[in-house]
Amino acid sequence: MEVGNQTPMNARAAARRSVEALVSGEWVTTRLEAVSNLIRRYGVNWCRKYSLWPLPFATACCGIELMATGASRYDVARFGAEVMRFSPRQSDLLICAGRVAIKMMPVLQRIYAQMCEPKWVISMGACASTGGVFDTYAVVQGIDHFMPVDVYVPGCPPRPETLIEGIMAIQRIVDREGIRNSQDRQGGYRMTVSASGKDQPRGDRSRQAGE
Amino acid sequence: MAIRSVISALQEQFPGVDFRPGPLLPGRSNELRQICLHLPSDRLIEIMTFLRENEMTRFEQLSDLTCVDYLRYPGAANRFAVVYSLLSISLGHRLWIKCLVDDPAPTLPSVTGIWPGADWLEREVYDLFGISFTGHPDLRRLMTWEGFTAHPLRKDYPLRGQGERQNYEVFPRDVS
Repeated sequence: MEVGNQTPMNARAAARRSVEALVSGEWVTTRLEAVSNLIRRYGVNWCRKYSLWPLPFATACCGIELMATGASRYDVARFGAEVMRFSPRQSDLLICAGRVAIKMMPVLQRIYAQMCEPKWVISMGACASTGGVFDTYAVVQGIDHFMPVDVYVPGCPPRPETLIEGIMAIQRIVDREGIRNSQDRQGGYRMTVSASGKDQPRGDRSRQAGE
Repeated sequence: MAIRSVISALQEQFPGVDFRPGPLLPGRSNELRQICLHLPSDRLIEIMTFLRENEMTRFEQLSDLTCVDYLRYPGAANRFAVVYSLLSISLGHRLWIKCLVDDPAPTLPSVTGIWPGADWLEREVYDLFGISFTGHPDLRRLMTWEGFTAHPLRKDYPLRGQGERQNYEVFPRDVS
């Protein structure tokens, strides 16, 4: 390019050439992608994973542990997730804590639908994940039959440490993938938080809501 | 004792009715003075109105209305008993009323005209036991969801349901 004659028209042409170079895969573009990935990974995703805003959908005793997690002793603010929002429009992490009756399920589904992308779901405790001991006609046998779930937190109810581990599992997802929206995740990741700290992927659960 | 005067007032007013007064819990001592009467369903409204209005009884409050399923209960002649738990605030006594009904299509007259608070209680009994109350202003299901057809607190209803929880819509992933 002619360096001496930098009219606006020439600058535009230079910009177009660099965009073409970006598409064709020259070294300049790979450096640019590396830089932008670096920013996205360690800048944007880092910010994003420490500003999860949970929506507490607490229907049972798991909700008490959820409150304990938010309170000063366990202090989920250390992980940047202390802003409990009771409006689905303002939150990006749905924590379903407790058993869900079948009559309640449309409400939960509507709340999930009202949340803006990107959004993640934690199914907290045995009842939300599997129905727990409430194997009756009126209780949903796992909310994952009806809506996507990203992380299951085991326990009856889970201790606050376990829930924090579940939130950290969401943080790992955010750190790794950024804002893949829920359509790309296809029904949620269905990972189970374990004591070893390794997230265990859960097999695809075909819908057998009864048994 | 106040509750004895209630029973004598009833027997005086309705001489043809056998109230079968007894303790609420059969086989237990009656130290708590929990007296249970049986009413025939065709005279339920008449006697209940008397119990509320009369000077000697004055049961202003219907504190509970529930139902018992006597299926496979030893010695039970009828399938259901609707139990009315009455409280007189001004006179300070309580009384329990049982009204026996039978399959098929168990039906009782509604007491919402006497105690308006019976509205949701009767809806609950209708929902969970399937006893319909004639004269109820709005007899819809209370606990279970729309489209539910069974009566889950009946003894012959299976705990896991009859497929109600399976036949439910899955939320599509792409609606967001």
